[in-house]
Amino acid sequence: MEANYPLFQIIDKDGEVTSADYQDLLTEEQAKTYYYHMLRIRTYDHKGIALQRQGRIGTYVPFEGQEGSQVGSALALQNDDWLFPTYRDHGATLTFGADLNRMLLHWNGRIEGCVPSLEKNIFPASIPIATHLPHAAGAAMAETYKGTKNAAIAYFGDGATSEGDFHEGLNIASVFNAPVVFFNQNNGFAISLPVKKQMNSETIAQKAEAYGIPGKRVDGMDVFAVNFVVKEALERARNGEGPTLIEAVTWRFGAHTTADDPSKYRDQAASDATREERDPVLRLERFMKKQNMWDDAWVASIKEEIQEELDTAVSDMESYEKANSDVMFDYVFEKPAWTIEEQKKNFNALKGGMF
Amino acid sequence: MVQTMIKTKPLTLIQAINDGLKVMLTEDENTLILGEDIGKNGGVFRATVGLQEQFGEQRVVDTPLSEAGFVGAAVGMALNGLRPIVEIQFLGFIYPAFEQIATHVTRTRTRTMGHYSLPMVIRAPYGAGVRSPEIHSDSVEALFTHLPGIKVVCPSNAYDAKGLVIAAIEDPDPVMFLEPMRLYRGERNDVPEEKYTVEIGKGKRLQEGEDVSILAWGAMIPVALKAAEKMKKENISCDVIDLRTLYPLDRDIIAESVQKTGRAVIVHEAHATGGVGAEITSVINDTSFLYLRSPIERVTGFDVPIPLFALENNYLPTPERVVHSIKKVVEF
Ligand SMILES: Cc1ncc(C[n+]2csc(CCOP(=O)(O)OP(=O)(O)O)c2C)c(N)n1
Repeated sequence: MEANYPLFQIIDKDGEVTSADYQDLLTEEQAKTYYYHMLRIRTYDHKGIALQRQGRIGTYVPFEGQEGSQVGSALALQNDDWLFPTYRDHGATLTFGADLNRMLLHWNGRIEGCVPSLEKNIFPASIPIATHLPHAAGAAMAETYKGTKNAAIAYFGDGATSEGDFHEGLNIASVFNAPVVFFNQNNGFAISLPVKKQMNSETIAQKAEAYGIPGKRVDGMDVFAVNFVVKEALERARNGEGPTLIEAVTWRFGAHTTADDPSKYRDQAASDATREERDPVLRLERFMKKQNMWDDAWVASIKEEIQEELDTAVSDMESYEKANSDVMFDYVFEKPAWTIEEQKKNFNALKGGMF
Repeated sequence: MVQTMIKTKPLTLIQAINDGLKVMLTEDENTLILGEDIGKNGGVFRATVGLQEQFGEQRVVDTPLSEAGFVGAAVGMALNGLRPIVEIQFLGFIYPAFEQIATHVTRTRTRTMGHYSLPMVIRAPYGAGVRSPEIHSDSVEALFTHLPGIKVVCPSNAYDAKGLVIAAIEDPDPVMFLEPMRLYRGERNDVPEEKYTVEIGKGKRLQEGEDVSILAWGAMIPVALKAAEKMKKENISCDVIDLRTLYPLDRDIIAESVQKTGRAVIVHEAHATGGVGAEITSVINDTSFLYLRSPIERVTGFDVPIPLFALENNYLPTPERVVHSIKKVVEF
């Protein structure tokens, strides 16, 4: 089965071009855009871990290693497309245009962080596994009904493919020919469970066959390849050719979350040892150096720019107005039910008197 | 004087559950545990730590990420002679399995006139107050007390946790076993090393009092006790009852307590509307209406999704809110 779903790659671990057919995609501008976004989300990711360790935010979900998948896919989207992320895909949402300040507020336990950027269709990160795949199908169907050429993309991990919602989402999307891309990041583990114990199939891509839609397998550490495959799938979707399932084979170098200890279930030293070969940022750097696209001064300037943006966002988060308890009551319904109005009133009366 | 020495060890609530599971895995080879990350990882909260090493991968099974799958598989196992215990990683992730629970776990005995029974336990950590991400804090015990055919148990300390988890595993019917996350690593209790059970369906009086009955369970027990402590300074004494089982409720202990004090304050962190507190109010109405000296008060979470952690302490009942309600019923 694996042979039917070969791993698509454009640039190998050494930065060499392996598929010459795609040469014209590999422009300096494109490479620099990818590099900037990958560096940006990696810097942010490291900061997230540091902030959690310093107790300045709550549990954080790192994605280091998955930058190629997240940036490559997010940059394939057009402005009015829909993005349905999980808790681990904040790299993709940031790249697509999510607001960095709000993102940080979310990690700080603030509901304000679930509100999407106004210019983009980004659903709040789905915490229950696989539940957003049917949403993506539905949003995509709505675009068809409205007669647009917009599409939707849903992100999910390898573990998600075991849930009923994964199968139901693919099935309904395929039956209705919805313009949606199901973008799987197979990062090898669902918390402690290695993918071999998650499923008995050799690839995730092959699961597409059961739903009569195309399945593609791509090297998730190769940002160019990911971008190409996702673009192609979105193109199909826009042309009325229906959904695609994409498996981006990637790796999460770090823990599942900052509350997780990976040494309990895997050899972290062995994982780190693969950085040299698998790191998507390093791979792009090697490619750029080989192609004479690398420019130290440019790299230094974007590093500084990214750091500045991040520092400002962190200080904005930390000086954000205090959480207001009214927020928890005020958005449950458009017109509040009497129960909630009464509870809010009593709570505020009590709070005024006692807390 | 003849005294049998019971050997005890100081355990946290989660260690006591681990201990109870170990006792049952050792005693009955038909028992097995299924769930996500419970084997090698020992569970995200370490409830099953060490058990796979000791009992092997067939008894402590790391399943795919598939709640409907492994709860449904547990149904098949239970009707075919095994005693499965499933771990749901957080109660808020039980929803994919809800269909299995509502349509099969709870009604197989009825549907087959007792031909098939489902001796299975569904364990799930629940509750707010540990700064978890969204959905991880749900406290939806009422969804299960509302379904006929499953018992619902919720311990608040290590001793009860071990005794109740063993009782749940031995119970011939399905039991929903709710574990208050916030109390997992709170205090330690002396827990007997040997096997013992705590009867399902029986509450426990934690503190004797005359003026008001406080009825609570799970993570609200420390809140209730703190409120009762504060009331002592004002010479109001509280009868504090840990209900421990939410279905079937211990009607006798509720009635006995309320008939003594004439006043009741129910504390739960779940949403108010349709919560178990409403059911307890009804039990009091049925058994003790003429003893009441004031309307029953409920101190609960609100009818809102449990907020992210910046506001979760606003959502959760506090000792101050309980004190306010105690004063209200006493001064009525
Ligand atoms: C329905 C449901 N069950 C359990 C969980 C707890 N949980 C959170 S992440 C996770 C593993 C997910 O693995 P995968 O889908 O591979 O995505 P990854 O986290 O590796 O990106 C689990 C079990 C959950 N969020 N939702």
